Amino acid sequence: MEPINWHSFFFFLFALVSCAFAVAVVLSSNIVRMAFYLVISLGATAGLFFLAGADFVGAMQLLIYVGGTLVLLVFGVMLTAQGPFVSMKTRGGDWILAAVLSGSLLALLVPAAFTVPEWRRPVANNAPTQVQSTSTPLGLGLLGVRVDKLEERPERLKAGMSSYLLPFEIVSVHLLVVLVGAAYLARTKRRRDVRLESL
Amino acid sequence: MAEFFGNYVPQWLAYLLAALVHCALLINVVAVGALGFIWLERKVAGRIQDRLGPTRVGGKFGWLQTLADGLKLLTKEDLMPEGADALLFRLAPYVSFCASFCAYFALPFSDGWVAVELNTGVFFILAVMGLEVFGVILAGYASASKWSLFGGMREAAQVVSYEVPMGMCVVVPVLIAGTMDLVEIGRMQGGWFTNWLIFHDPFTFITFWVYFTCAMASVNRAPFDLAEAESELVAGFHTEYSGLRWSFFFMAEYGSMFAVSGLAAILFFGGWNGPLPISHWLGLTYENGPVAGYLGNFLGMLNFIFKCVAWVTFMMWARWTLPRLRIDQVMKVCLKYCVPIAAVMFLGAIGWTYMLPDKMIGRPYAERVLEDGLPRPSGSVAASERNAPHGVPPRAVAGAELGQSAVGAENKHGGQAMPRYAATRYAATRYAATGASPGRQRRSDLTDHSRPGSAPATESASRPAGLVARAAERN
Amino acid sequence: MNPLTDPVGVSHFMAVGALMFVSGVVCMAAKRNALGVLMGVELVLNGANVNFVALSSPLLSASGTSGLGLDGQFIALFVIVLAAAEAAVALAITLNFYNNHATIDVDRADELKG
Repeated sequence: MEPINWHSFFFFLFALVSCAFAVAVVLSSNIVRMAFYLVISLGATAGLFFLAGADFVGAMQLLIYVGGTLVLLVFGVMLTAQGPFVSMKTRGGDWILAAVLSGSLLALLVPAAFTVPEWRRPVANNAPTQVQSTSTPLGLGLLGVRVDKLEERPERLKAGMSSYLLPFEIVSVHLLVVLVGAAYLARTKRRRDVRLESL
Repeated sequence: MAEFFGNYVPQWLAYLLAALVHCALLINVVAVGALGFIWLERKVAGRIQDRLGPTRVGGKFGWLQTLADGLKLLTKEDLMPEGADALLFRLAPYVSFCASFCAYFALPFSDGWVAVELNTGVFFILAVMGLEVFGVILAGYASASKWSLFGGMREAAQVVSYEVPMGMCVVVPVLIAGTMDLVEIGRMQGGWFTNWLIFHDPFTFITFWVYFTCAMASVNRAPFDLAEAESELVAGFHTEYSGLRWSFFFMAEYGSMFAVSGLAAILFFGGWNGPLPISHWLGLTYENGPVAGYLGNFLGMLNFIFKCVAWVTFMMWARWTLPRLRIDQVMKVCLKYCVPIAAVMFLGAIGWTYMLPDKMIGRPYAERVLEDGLPRPSGSVAASERNAPHGVPPRAVAGAELGQSAVGAENKHGGQAMPRYAATRYAATRYAATGASPGRQRRSDLTDHSRPGSAPATESASRPAGLVARAAERN
Repeated sequence: MNPLTDPVGVSHFMAVGALMFVSGVVCMAAKRNALGVLMGVELVLNGANVNFVALSSPLLSASGTSGLGLDGQFIALFVIVLAAAEAAVALAITLNFYNNHATIDVDRADELKG
């Protein structure tokens, strides 16, 4: 009997958890449970990232996505999950339409993923003895130096395979704008306005 | 270990058993640690309040008091409030405990003694400790009680807010060391205590205290413990929990305290390296054989645990001395004090390492490594001097190691021993092996990324080669 | 073809990504709670992220080097950051709506209709 490929084992474990809880998010009608299932699903996705060798992206998924975005989402859920809004059922017609749409999309995507021969099997047994360090090349790439592409010819580098300094700066300003905008949108307003609006 | 088991049981069962044994060993650290810390807390609290603490169970000092408490908790009735969400109520303590426990995967207890040596160790620990907040929120919500919900929300807001300055404070030693790998950071601080990163420059010194404040807030220890504010909210988010479920929350709290103390010990206080290089003086290094090396590592582990316990005791001291802060004061401390101070310290640490390159104090560690050689780790097996005090190791060591990496052994440690600031040097060491001329040509375009006043890129590219030549002619 | 002994390739990861994407689409389409729709958006972005990381991984590729290289991980990083920003703004809008209309049902957000 061949030895168990533990990379595949853990891939299937994490993939099963991730997909099952993603489907549970769809099927559940209790908003708090949906939030919790989403947390587990995205946490399992971080495990998938680690298995693919992207340890920095995996840790960032846990830190920012699960530990930041989802906490924000759960806060929002807690603030609005009062009484009748905890469980809201969708009409049957909506479900059927959504199921048809998504079913056709899934039937298109999954066979397409398995069609390309290069994508089906890796070249070697993918249990590496040493995982490459990705954090330093990632950090340097964000600062303007693509140390993973040093072997490329200069013309090719100048022709557009550049680094990510500009997107990095744009994203920083973007986050600042979002911070200011969200704080403004969610500010507490004076009571008089709210009462007038609800009339 | 799995191969050993594999001789007796089918292979999958062998791996499962090996994994269970490893997990049991790690859980023991958390569980036995919690046992000890609860006793220590009661003793420290008692002494600070001018009384004795537990003295009856287990002799004069009440050693077994926690065991008695644990037995009592096990026998309590398992209650659940009527309106509580059953699944979430039951799940919340385990979520908290798992998040706290996962931090131990990447925490090294001695040189090379770590469950998983992660390249992004620091980042991983910060990430999983931020997941503890979900257990708290779930517990607060699922208890169907207003006290719990308020306590849970307050605590979640506090933990999430304090992750920001904590991250910024952790980045300062990471930038000085040049790596996020905790084992590497620990190794760099070998030798005398002057090598410890806390004494590297005044900015790191202040950063440690800011980090410790943020860590205390992050694990909800007083004076930041409004979530469990016993005098205000009954018991906050774990009001409705009793018995074994409550003890899981407590184990998670003490586990987190130990983990953040461990992170502080490794990042700032040298981890398993003592203030004096006793292991080296006693000859307990791998140079003298595997047993001596193991003993040296064991001594390092005791050192590390001692530092962690010292900082946990400091946290307990702060808890029983300082009054509790209100939620608005907690937020003010975070946003108005910790974040700006951490940001200024970050800039200051960068400025220090780049503006004072020639002075002994605060000379960039990586430059010291280039000139004098890396203090060799006690865990790895190589035929050169071990744990040498700073400044003494021969250049041959550095030359041999750098030569090895330049030739392309692609050893992870060899590749990362080099300074990581300048893109040129990184490119030189990681990709000198390829020797491709386009690479060499590119390096000249990267001159503006090097440190001000440093040698031009081409010279730094040949620096490893130069050291190899010097090592060769020395040998 | 034993799943436990064969190594997994990019297509397995892409299947997972596709499933998460599709569940996100269903969530966006069929949930009445505005926050449920937001969760669908998170799932969609996450499915796309799984795809990017899988295609950029050298462990899973058929040759020694991956098709996207490190670019896939850069893109995944930016997607994570932008998803966080977008979730913050969407939550602010949702809370504003809740404060003004005392409901979070998206079927009741029909003031501009007709």
